[in-house]
Amino acid sequence: MMNYYTDISEIKFELEQSELMPRIVELKERSFEDKDQYDEAPQDFADAMDSYDKVLDVVGDIVANVVAPNAEEVDAEGPHHENGRVRYASKTYENLAAMNQAGLNGMTMPRRYGGLNLPVTVYTAANEIVSAGDAGFENIWSLQDCIETLYCFGNEEQRQKYIPRVCKGETMSMDLTEPDAGSDLQSVMLKATFDEENNCWRLNGSKRFITNGDSDIHLVLARSEAGTRDGRGLSMFIYDKRDGGVDVRRIENKLGIHGSPTCELVYKNAKCEICGDRKLGLIKYVMSLMNGARLGIAAQSVGLSQAAYNEAIAYARDRKQFGKAIIEFPAVAEMISNIKARLDAGRALLYQTARYVDIYKALEDISRERKLTPEERDEMKRYSRLADAFTPLAKGMNSEYANQNAYDCIQVHGGSGFMLEYACQRIYRDARITSIYEGTTQLQTVAAIRYVTNGFYSQVIQKMEVKTEELRVKNNSNQPDECNSNSSLFTLHSSLKAMAEKFNACVAAVKEAENQELLDLCARHLYEMAADIIMCHLLMQNAAKAPELFGKSLQVYLNLTEAEVEKHSSLVSRMTAEGTESYRQA
Amino acid sequence: MKLNIIVLAKQVPDTRNVGPDAMTPEGTVNRSALPAIFNPEDLNALEQALRLKDQFPGTTVTVITMGPGRAAEVIREAMYRGADGGYLLTDRAFAGADTLATSYALATAIKHVCPNVDLIIGGRQAIDGDTAQVGPQVAEKLGLNQITYVEEIISIDHSPLTIDHCTTSEGRARNGQWSMVNGQSIIVKRHIDGGVETVESPLPCVLTVNGSAAPCRPRNVKRVMKYKRCLAPMELPQGTGFGDLPYAAEYEKKPYLKLGQLSCADVNADLQQCGLAGSPTKVKNVENIVFKAKESKVLTGSDEDVNGLIKELLNERLIG
Repeated sequence: MMNYYTDISEIKFELEQSELMPRIVELKERSFEDKDQYDEAPQDFADAMDSYDKVLDVVGDIVANVVAPNAEEVDAEGPHHENGRVRYASKTYENLAAMNQAGLNGMTMPRRYGGLNLPVTVYTAANEIVSAGDAGFENIWSLQDCIETLYCFGNEEQRQKYIPRVCKGETMSMDLTEPDAGSDLQSVMLKATFDEENNCWRLNGSKRFITNGDSDIHLVLARSEAGTRDGRGLSMFIYDKRDGGVDVRRIENKLGIHGSPTCELVYKNAKCEICGDRKLGLIKYVMSLMNGARLGIAAQSVGLSQAAYNEAIAYARDRKQFGKAIIEFPAVAEMISNIKARLDAGRALLYQTARYVDIYKALEDISRERKLTPEERDEMKRYSRLADAFTPLAKGMNSEYANQNAYDCIQVHGGSGFMLEYACQRIYRDARITSIYEGTTQLQTVAAIRYVTNGFYSQVIQKMEVKTEELRVKNNSNQPDECNSNSSLFTLHSSLKAMAEKFNACVAAVKEAENQELLDLCARHLYEMAADIIMCHLLMQNAAKAPELFGKSLQVYLNLTEAEVEKHSSLVSRMTAEGTESYRQA
Repeated sequence: MKLNIIVLAKQVPDTRNVGPDAMTPEGTVNRSALPAIFNPEDLNALEQALRLKDQFPGTTVTVITMGPGRAAEVIREAMYRGADGGYLLTDRAFAGADTLATSYALATAIKHVCPNVDLIIGGRQAIDGDTAQVGPQVAEKLGLNQITYVEEIISIDHSPLTIDHCTTSEGRARNGQWSMVNGQSIIVKRHIDGGVETVESPLPCVLTVNGSAAPCRPRNVKRVMKYKRCLAPMELPQGTGFGDLPYAAEYEKKPYLKLGQLSCADVNADLQQCGLAGSPTKVKNVENIVFKAKESKVLTGSDEDVNGLIKELLNERLIG
């Protein structure tokens, strides 16, 4: 590939074709107030969009010419553990140097700290693009968005101290997990004590599975309230590697994302500063950190799906059996079509989520500068809720899709795919973690289930039906005779309605049983039904605007979704409170 | 130390990814069918210049490119990567120039825009002509030392000259305005057959850089956003000015958005030495050549065949 951005028209479409974009840019740029102070700041909406396009062009160029060509070597070499420190694989330094020279750090940070002030949506695209080249490297690079949490909750002194450093390329990590605190972060035991003599906090204990654990600036979750055992005793700390006191005890040997060092850390009286208020570490700050990270993993997953698609289609066009390219066999073409459909649907969900995050985050940021108007407050609440409801869908579904797509990609390669010489095996190994870290798919379901039971997803779907109907009418009046295939896609609008009805019936049945265990057992099915239907609508909206890009995917995805919804509906209808017994394992 | 560096760059058709329509039936390059790119080795040259700028803040890197309006893209690309600015050398009178006329035009422009230049750096050669003549000819026309096939600049300092194996135009009378800058010298590694040699030359001098030298750094996104609207007057639609462009007020406020542009008259070039008139090279005929394997012989590796081969080579005095 010559450029991982410009070669993939779907990304540009997602950036430019949403009616939310003007609002996002207006908010993020505070009505373009930076233009007289910063030469690189945009003059207006069109100018901003042009700049985003050019920034991503640079990202796509670096990924094509540096990151992707280095991926295999980085994967084979992996990071080294030397005297309590991490030394990255040698080509990782080359990747980092290119990203730093291009100035692709502190991407969403305000210009006054040296940032690029880009919307989350644009940063998400960059994330996806880097991940398509090397998902392991994307981990190191994208941890820059921990700075978002420091920006939101740190004090001005901390902002001025740390944000410019991150904008210049210093790396970050979020030190959360411990041997006995994985999904259950309330159990974190790393001890934070206040050192009266030196007027600073000190950290003692250990952390495990810390991505990029030898970073320059760490955000650390630790127990500041001695004697407590739950989440309310935890605070967030900033550890600066320049102060010393944290060593890497070992680097994990992993199945995939080899370029990204996963560390066990030992804190020996390490000096640190508290970020924000005491006791809000888990309940407020880590939740915010995790939401950002989950969107990041959703982007990483979409990047991996794109990589799987690229590899699968290239191989299938090239490989000849029985006298023709294997892509000409329907059994192979179906696999590739399914990869593409899941990729396009998942990507639509990713960017819709990113846009929701953008609006609420920008408004939240403005609220730190001035009082919001009542309309703005409503807007912020609305988008904050949408972002909260969509993030677990985007993370869970895209990570599961990345795995499925990587699996199919190897299948397209046949025996050669099982050998370690093609990129598909790395994509397959790298994809495996996406449905696990930053909250497993099972935990995404937990985060999303309240939006199933309180009817929020049903409302969202209902609004989408109205919008899809509007598009259908508009489309028909614009092109009465042409684009028949496109118009026929809109007759599938009714099947989408039928799916929504099935979903609503399942939700109602489960709620009626008033049995928590039954709900927990059905949660994943209800979650997937909601996600599938929402993605179908998003893809349909895309196809209405760009049938040449999304027409086929829509048809294929609709076929898949109808079958999926049918399957989930059938499973849910068979589950009863009494039947949960069969699923109990001890 | 602050240096004045000129980087010579050329916009070329991307001959690395050629399709079937890359050549016209007449045998010339079909420029419309190939994307126009920054000549690859000129990017290596730019990187050497930018490294010096990193090392000696206050150094200015100025790009000069000769070509039509669209060639100004090369200047913007260089600015995205760190160059301070540039000049588009453009005039109908320059059209059809061979390497001699090109180097005359470039040398004249350099004298005009940067009489106190310390270092002129260009790529070894352009991928559309592969002559590797322009850099050396510019050096000759300016009466400067030249070091070709450069891999890396080791250092620039005030140390006295110690070694001097470079291809110099020693003893050549220097044009009045060209003089050595207080004993400054440059040490570079240059590629030679089977290895590298380290050479030193006084400044100012001309370097031509190999493709195997460090690759050029990527575009910096802040600079891209800052300089994306830079235009040379030649690029504007005929009969319009900067005031007619979108964001016209920006061009008033930010002079750096207007790229330098030089015509034949601007640099007082002698018309007889420019363009077609100044080009002794005349293309008589262009042919498509298809490489064919010559007659070949298959040897099995048996003793008999090996002995036969040794005898044959001895007879032809290829070994012995």
